[in-house]
Amino acid sequence: MTALRQTTEAFDPVPGAAAPHLPQQPDLVQLLTPEGERVERPDYSVDLSAEELRDLYRDLVLVRRWDVEATALQRQGELGIWASLLGQEAAQVGAGRAMQPGDTAFPTYREHGVAWTRGVDPLHVISLFRGVDNGGWDPVATGFNLYTVVIGAQCLHATGYAMGVQRDGAEHAVLAFLGDGATSQGEVNEALIWAASFSAPVVFFCQNNQYAISVPLERQSRVPLYQRAAGFGFPGVRVDGNDVLAVLAVTRAALAAAREGQGPTFIEAFTYRMGAHTTSDDPTRYRLASELEEWKLRDPVARLKAHLSRAGLADAAFFSAVEAEADELAARIRTGTTEMPDPPGTAMFDAVYAEITPPLAQQREEFLAYQASFEEGER
Amino acid sequence: MTQTLTIGKALNLGLRRAMEDDAKVVLMGEDIGRLGGVFRITDGLQKDFGEDRVVDTPLAEAGILGTAVGLAMRGYRPVCEIQFDGFVFPAANQIITQVAKIHARSRGKLAMPVVIRIPFGGGIGAVEHHSESPEAYFGHTPGLKVVAVSNPVDAYWGIQQAIAHPDPVVFLEPKRRYWEKAPVDTDATPDPLFAARVLRGGDDVTVLAYGPMVKTALQAAEAAADEGRSLEVVDLRTLSPLDLEPVFESVRRTGRCVVVHEAPVSLGLGAEIAARVTETCFHSLEAPVLRVGGYDTPYPPSKLEEEYLPDLDRVLDAVDRSLEF
Repeated sequence: MTALRQTTEAFDPVPGAAAPHLPQQPDLVQLLTPEGERVERPDYSVDLSAEELRDLYRDLVLVRRWDVEATALQRQGELGIWASLLGQEAAQVGAGRAMQPGDTAFPTYREHGVAWTRGVDPLHVISLFRGVDNGGWDPVATGFNLYTVVIGAQCLHATGYAMGVQRDGAEHAVLAFLGDGATSQGEVNEALIWAASFSAPVVFFCQNNQYAISVPLERQSRVPLYQRAAGFGFPGVRVDGNDVLAVLAVTRAALAAAREGQGPTFIEAFTYRMGAHTTSDDPTRYRLASELEEWKLRDPVARLKAHLSRAGLADAAFFSAVEAEADELAARIRTGTTEMPDPPGTAMFDAVYAEITPPLAQQREEFLAYQASFEEGER
Repeated sequence: MTQTLTIGKALNLGLRRAMEDDAKVVLMGEDIGRLGGVFRITDGLQKDFGEDRVVDTPLAEAGILGTAVGLAMRGYRPVCEIQFDGFVFPAANQIITQVAKIHARSRGKLAMPVVIRIPFGGGIGAVEHHSESPEAYFGHTPGLKVVAVSNPVDAYWGIQQAIAHPDPVVFLEPKRRYWEKAPVDTDATPDPLFAARVLRGGDDVTVLAYGPMVKTALQAAEAAADEGRSLEVVDLRTLSPLDLEPVFESVRRTGRCVVVHEAPVSLGLGAEIAARVTETCFHSLEAPVLRVGGYDTPYPPSKLEEEYLPDLDRVLDAVDRSLEF
């Protein structure tokens, strides 16, 4: 009898090291240690001014504050649900800031930090989670597509979009976001095949936050995810997802290669979902508190703050100014959310088609008449 | 023994019984093991039956259904959980081109006793793709059977009957009613799986519903009774095959029929039922069969779902129109 393989043991991304254990990963690109010390990597050099570094820090703090405020709003009944990015700020801000105007992002439903870097109003993301619409921003104007809830579907869209960029002879790149769980989807694998086959200018940015809701990475992959790229025929790289500098450098390089016609890259941003999958989830049912504590030591925001302080690139006045700005942002999000009007009922009919069909137009009229019949009754 | 159970808990207990009765029953799905499923329907089952029988799968619905086909060919009885209705579509290829057709393709040499559990319908304030009503797609696919439960008794027995059944069954669970309670006699003799049931007798209009809309139909009947109107409410229970004999019997008495479902009305299950009722009861009908359902739009953002979903008022509005005809 063939024994079924027992799969309950902890997944060990690097043989011999406790999992997950960042500093012992030889292939991990890291430019800032968890303590905020700068590490030089000739292959991924990045030379940012003090102001640019401070701007990245500001991004991280503001994005986190937005996320914390949204979680609170959900708890208070103002949002139906919220998918927190807590812990993934550096991965998202680093990736988003690596993009150039003309580049296009295809997010999942958690890329609030990327949305921020593309100039999307937080309230246009909030409106989705409040149930007002499916995302209020303009995907064309922002170069940031609408969120995709069906896992992995956007990877094929990104690849097709990149094939369009290629045909247009445009020097732009496309950034497809996905999670570790999504790598199991057939459609994601099809996207990787397409991208390789047509050498499409697309970069797959996988935030490996270690869990697909409750299911740990070991169930999705027996090899580090970045190594999968080799099998598809293009480079894969693992970057410390809690290191905004490393993410920025690695993503910039991959996007530049795509723009130059060198085809796709798969980036695995090794990170951790510090919160629940969504506000509907209870992670205490499937993971240990000690794991969370370990990852707190690698906090992406504290890391850059430590670097700025150590290197004398920012003073107390700067940090308190950023805090004040975060407070203002949180207040604006709170007010904007609680005062956000409900959509009119007709909204559900109005964009179904570019050309509304006669039967649907009739339904819309009947809907209005039906609604009006209640108003008459109330008079 | 009679115990008061929610629909969710009744499903959990029914799955447990099915696993005890048949060692070939294997549960597969995303987050169904350690977490117990996002709705906790499989809570505690992996702990008691082990990881080989309650399988946390990789995140890939086509993979869940495709491997279920292979396991079924090998003599297992896979019970697949699709986490939310909107996520069944990546698996639609396997369900429609393989699960549904293998018995026919093999001229009966291969059985396909696969159960596909899908929490379906809206009303929980979710984001998009979490509130779909996909029953017509599967009902339109020969080779599949489709049932929808509305209460804890049917949940408890129905899941066991579906698992024991030799054909593939799409088992639709009314997610917004998971927490509804009722007494369940676990020693009783259950009604057959593929049979409709008259839940409330009445003389004026026959109201047909299934899944989450059954409660709405019963509430409408209650409200109509206050106005002196007597509605007969039928829980269809099985959508493919349809069991319409009780419906025909009812409509011959009332002469009027209203079909209620959450799914969009156009080209939906209500159209099939209306056609069959008209064919069979033509001379008894006092009014055309009327349909109440979702609009022909994508399921809207949650702020609009109350306006999208049929409610008591919309059922009564159709009842009025039927009576005024």
